[in-house]
Amino acid sequence: MEPQLLGADAPDQRVAAPAGAPHFLAHREGDHVAVAVQDVEPGPGRVLYMDSSRAIELAVQEPVPLGHKVALTDLPGSAEVVEYGVRIGLTREPIARGCLVHVHNIRSARWQKSE
Amino acid sequence: MAEERVEPDPLRQPGPTNPAGQTGTTGSPRLTGFRRSDGRVGVRNHVVVLPVDDLSNAVCENVASTVPGALALPHHYGRLQYGEDLDLTFRTLIGSAANPNVAAAVVVGIEPAWAHHVAEGIARTGKPVEAYSIERFGDLRTLASAARTAQQFLQDASELRREPVERRELLLSIKCGESDTTTGLGSCPTVSQVVDRQVHDGGTVIFGETSELTGGEHLIAARCVDGEVRARFQALYDHYIAEIESSGANLLGSQPTQGNIRGGLSTIEEKALGNIAKTGSVPVVDALEPAAAPVKPGLNFMDSSSAAAEFITLMGAAGAVVHLFPTGQGNIIGNPIVPVIKLTANPLTAHTMGEHVDLDVSGLLWGQYGLPEAGNRLLALVDRVANGRLTCAESLGHREFVLTKLYRSA
Repeated sequence: MEPQLLGADAPDQRVAAPAGAPHFLAHREGDHVAVAVQDVEPGPGRVLYMDSSRAIELAVQEPVPLGHKVALTDLPGSAEVVEYGVRIGLTREPIARGCLVHVHNIRSARWQKSE
Repeated sequence: MAEERVEPDPLRQPGPTNPAGQTGTTGSPRLTGFRRSDGRVGVRNHVVVLPVDDLSNAVCENVASTVPGALALPHHYGRLQYGEDLDLTFRTLIGSAANPNVAAAVVVGIEPAWAHHVAEGIARTGKPVEAYSIERFGDLRTLASAARTAQQFLQDASELRREPVERRELLLSIKCGESDTTTGLGSCPTVSQVVDRQVHDGGTVIFGETSELTGGEHLIAARCVDGEVRARFQALYDHYIAEIESSGANLLGSQPTQGNIRGGLSTIEEKALGNIAKTGSVPVVDALEPAAAPVKPGLNFMDSSSAAAEFITLMGAAGAVVHLFPTGQGNIIGNPIVPVIKLTANPLTAHTMGEHVDLDVSGLLWGQYGLPEAGNRLLALVDRVANGRLTCAESLGHREFVLTKLYRSA
């Protein structure tokens, strides 16, 4: 019999953001990624830069859950990924603007083994 | 599970009995604490029953159940340790009981020599301490003697009174856990507000998490006050990383953790930058060995594990009296002697794990208030906790006390 794991089986839990809240926050102008501050579905999304308070529109290509990242620009393979104005890793493959950015398509540039 | 709440839970906010408006920026007249004989200020008044080793846990826990109100600090080590690892265990045990949140200590070890060594270290603070060893007495006679002392200490401690203190006299420590991207966006920058205020007022804050600076360690090195501190910081960092990398292990899932990844963090570098976002903008004045008490006011780095229980145990040993703990996915950590104030900017965590969240700052993500406001709320909460309000972790009985082990025992 398979062991049951309550956390893994927890129903999809969502918290609704208030009207007017941005979909994504980017730390700095020039960052390659922004963080979803609510669960975002494909379609038009609004990105707010925290340093400049500038807002941009972004065509979101795939679902981005709360806390996960979206590409703000097209990134080639094996390229540096910048967030906070600093390199946070390297792409494993090309990533298109509007797509989810996570462990499946970026990796640490620092740990020798991070698979 | 739709959730319409947009404001932080009012129960987690400064209430009418403690309006934030009465809190000054440099510590207010209404802030109170216990001024110990070594001059340090505590915010709790524990009588601890401290085992020197794993074998002595049973007696210590029995003392605490015989004398309710005494606080046992069971742990897993203290036998056949040697060298630097033994030094760290002694420093941690002595420092924990010497912490200004502790009024008095009963020390119990299987052998007399190390028990006396630990008790002597604690006695240097001037607080009451007695040591017992179990060999040639057995658990039951040791229990009878140690419980009598614990009872006396507890009654004496109950007469100690809080007196006015200033916030800058409270040694603060900071570390985040079960981080996600919301920590770097909201809860860590909120802590930064407090760090900058505390250091500006002449206070001291300790941060660490050596491996969790990877990718942003150059930012910390650049903030070290001089070349000597920078060189020591870099040496501690390089040594820890070499140790991790020499394992040859795949680190994805360990650092960052599975919880970090579930919360959206993809790499150690991204986690580190969110972590560093809580250290404020002030210079790093010193680089400390694990469990070493700071000697310079300001922001101190301590070489330390990033595992929450180990980390906060080291902070308590260094003398921290309040810990600020930003969390993303919902770390539930507490410590027996250091109140741990947990805050989150993750609205899902605030909603699903409210009993662990002392301060909900998720409104930052949605632009409902700014960082200065979040910082004020956290400062007001620090004051309330210092004055005696129980944290979520204290009220739920979280007493994680974990020694950092440097290598195998002999």
